Amino acid sequence: MVAKQRRSVKKRKSPATRRINLTVNGQLYELEEGSGPDQVDPAHTLAYTLRETLGLTGTKVSCDNGACGCCTVLMDERAVLSCMMLTIECDGKRITTIEGLADPKTRKLDPLQQAFIEYTAFQCGFCTPGIIMSAKALLHENPSPTEEEVKEGLSGNFCRCISHYQIVKAVMATSARER
Amino acid sequence: MANTYRFIGKATPRKDGMDIVTGGAKFLNDIKVPNMLYGKVLRSPHPHALIKRVDKSKAEQLKGVQAVLTWEDVPDWRGGTPRSTRVLDRKVRYVGDAAALVAATSEEIARHALGLINVEYEVLPAVFEMEEALKPGAPQLYDEFPGNVVTPGSPFFGPRNLKQVVMGDVEKGFEEADVITEGTFSYENIPNPLPPEAPGAIALWEEPNRVTLWVSNQASYMDKITLFYVMGRKVEVRTIGGPCGGSFGSKFMSWQVQCYAALLSRATGKPVKVSMTKEEHLASFTLRPASRMRAKVGMKRDGAVTAVSGTWLVGTGYYSMTTQSQVAVGCGEVQIAVRCPNWDLKPMIVCTNRNASGIVRGFGGQELKCTLIPLLSLAMEKLDIDPFQFLKKNFVKPGDGYFWRDGIWYTYRGVDYTKAMEKGAELFGWKEKWKGWLKPTAVDGTKRRGIGVGVHGNADIGEDASEAYVRLHPDGTAMLFSCVTEHGTGQRSNFVKMVAEVLQLPMERVSVTPPDSLINPYEFGPAGSRGTYAIGSAVIAAAEDAKRKLFELIAPMLEAEPSELDTADGVIFVKNNPEKQIPWRAMGVDRTCMGFGRFEPDYTLTNCMMTFVEVEVDTETGKVTLVRVVNTTDVGQVIDPPGLEGQLNGCLGSGGIDSALFEETILDRSTGHILNANMIDYKWRTFPDLPTIENVVLETPFPSHRFHGVGVGEITTSPGPVAVLMAVSNAIGVWLHEYPATPERVLKALGRVMLSTRKGGVA
Repeated sequence: MVAKQRRSVKKRKSPATRRINLTVNGQLYELEEGSGPDQVDPAHTLAYTLRETLGLTGTKVSCDNGACGCCTVLMDERAVLSCMMLTIECDGKRITTIEGLADPKTRKLDPLQQAFIEYTAFQCGFCTPGIIMSAKALLHENPSPTEEEVKEGLSGNFCRCISHYQIVKAVMATSARER
Repeated sequence: MANTYRFIGKATPRKDGMDIVTGGAKFLNDIKVPNMLYGKVLRSPHPHALIKRVDKSKAEQLKGVQAVLTWEDVPDWRGGTPRSTRVLDRKVRYVGDAAALVAATSEEIARHALGLINVEYEVLPAVFEMEEALKPGAPQLYDEFPGNVVTPGSPFFGPRNLKQVVMGDVEKGFEEADVITEGTFSYENIPNPLPPEAPGAIALWEEPNRVTLWVSNQASYMDKITLFYVMGRKVEVRTIGGPCGGSFGSKFMSWQVQCYAALLSRATGKPVKVSMTKEEHLASFTLRPASRMRAKVGMKRDGAVTAVSGTWLVGTGYYSMTTQSQVAVGCGEVQIAVRCPNWDLKPMIVCTNRNASGIVRGFGGQELKCTLIPLLSLAMEKLDIDPFQFLKKNFVKPGDGYFWRDGIWYTYRGVDYTKAMEKGAELFGWKEKWKGWLKPTAVDGTKRRGIGVGVHGNADIGEDASEAYVRLHPDGTAMLFSCVTEHGTGQRSNFVKMVAEVLQLPMERVSVTPPDSLINPYEFGPAGSRGTYAIGSAVIAAAEDAKRKLFELIAPMLEAEPSELDTADGVIFVKNNPEKQIPWRAMGVDRTCMGFGRFEPDYTLTNCMMTFVEVEVDTETGKVTLVRVVNTTDVGQVIDPPGLEGQLNGCLGSGGIDSALFEETILDRSTGHILNANMIDYKWRTFPDLPTIENVVLETPFPSHRFHGVGVGEITTSPGPVAVLMAVSNAIGVWLHEYPATPERVLKALGRVMLSTRKGGVA
């Protein structure tokens, strides 16, 4: 009943080893297709590669089925569900995860992250990285959203503690500051 | 009253805020232990069957597989109350019950191996309905529970633990009543509290009898105690807690997944992680208990309840670990909400072939009130009594009393919540909006508005014991030793805040230990809104004790008595001569100053939450929209305003208000399979559908707490569901008594569609 067979364990043989180039948080990773620990199996999702292969566990997986938004990352500035993308389809893409939002040199937080702390826009914090990434994409696309637009932009993100109200405030405050 | 505290009551950043917003918080699945294996569970496709034979040879031969375990391979570890549910059994009792465990070098291999295990079942007849399960000749789940009635009582609550509400003389009570109503009411949609992080554990077994577990749980120290008993009191258990990605009660009890990891580690000699998929979480982890009450109530014209008698059936699914406790607390809570001298309310816990019920916010009382208040409402309607006035009148007042979970009568000595209730009603506009029973507040074409109200309170705010140490360091910092896990309430930060307030140290200079049972003293954990009063009091006592010891040490150096001293910012000074001062480092670099604090249970206080709701019903489509929610409470003293706001807004989710609107677990009664075990078919509220929430928080000081506060977080889900049904009934002008109020049920109530009765969940 519950055993998903999404990721096959069978090895697929191909004549030449395929490479997948991913830029994650500004760093280029040249990954090989294969079933070794550092390789990308064709069945690996982007979420799996980020977390298990690259060790970037800030991206969370909850439903693993495209329903809850916990695994949201940015792909070329747009929010995508990393549990619903195969890594082999991401060749040449630029990915930003929650670990890549703060300034890499100064470690200064992104204004959104800062606002989430200020407004205590989380409770258990598990869905927070995905929500911040969705909000980041939203503000990139629409720097001055209305409250309704913020809610619409986050409509794919599950938060069970109900921090929604404080999240909307944090996103609106960030937008106002950035203007 | 002006807040004179330096930190208490002020919005301060969560200590773990930086980790949470940067992705640095290490939840269970973010931890990798060297040489870790991955465990998976083979789950039964049958709701009730005997395992005749298991062929695991193919699975064992798969490269990377290190262990395959069935009931024949494991010790007789048992959970349940009483202890009757084996960790792996020869019999499976629901679709999803564990038939075998696998450990492998990767999750993929483990998953693949599950498909190679061949289990031969002898399928048994199953029962999914409580009343059916109670009939003679019904399939029997356990030899220990004849008739599928689970042994009542929770031994943990003491020898007189509360099993029912029986007092006074109900016959006399009914004679005194102006109106008597009776009927059967259900709250059986068994919503899943559904924290985003699924349950899981990592275990490392060390021969001969020691196990360390990394747990994702609400109360990591209690895991150590629970597992000690489950494992036959023969295993030394250490638990290491971490950030918990939501629990809402449910993960307080995760003994099965923890045992699976422990057994697999014991079999392989390596650390093993078992982490549920979301489908497993929804289909095989604990749900809210099902509640069905057949009862009779008597009421006087003035709203006094003269008698309550009836049977309360509580569906626990295939086993009970905590349902007896929930029944006990529910029975206590109903006396807090409904003042009545004559009771004869008899609960009965029934097991059926579905996944188990367990702890969820509201802990018994929500389930009970969701079925009792509709019955009381029928009486109120006959007498034309305003439900707000009724609930306000009948909620416990100082000097009233109740039998609590231990079967002991307590006299309530907290604040009178009348003022908070009236403030909430005023903000909501109750007086203006209330038009009488089954009368809409407003009608606009096909849209009709209605209002409802509910209340909840519990005396668990002072439940169980807590212990803490506070250690002072010569560099002017302090460390709190507490086995509290952070599961979303922000309480770990709040305890730091309390220590900071006692010691007058900036919060940055106070840290808290990881919730590791090896280094911390006993902690029951944050549950039942006990954090602020129970845990907080232990923490405060530890900080006071440490401070006292520091003053005793320093007093001679300042040529003063310890009682003449005070401290702030790491400096000790003489109170009436502050220039006479010395920094903490005077204690010497080779010394720390350790304080200990303990809280003893106190059931004389209850918290209170009243929730008003306004709904709009579209009589064409049957859709119910929650328009507005007003929560009102009195917490004595707010500890952290944004944290409290989050907990109050939490009234919607985790099997709360939305369990009256659209949340339900749907069980196929012919196969025993759950049909919506994924996050698309299991409905949850999204951002665009947020109602307006307003929270009224009064601060009438509670004398029993150093900062005069009590907790309220747990109960915010509880008053709302019944208020929603009341509001929908008022909007449409006919009674609607089934949870949740889906469009089809609304249209059926309106006579717009003829549908066969479909009960969402089953017991």
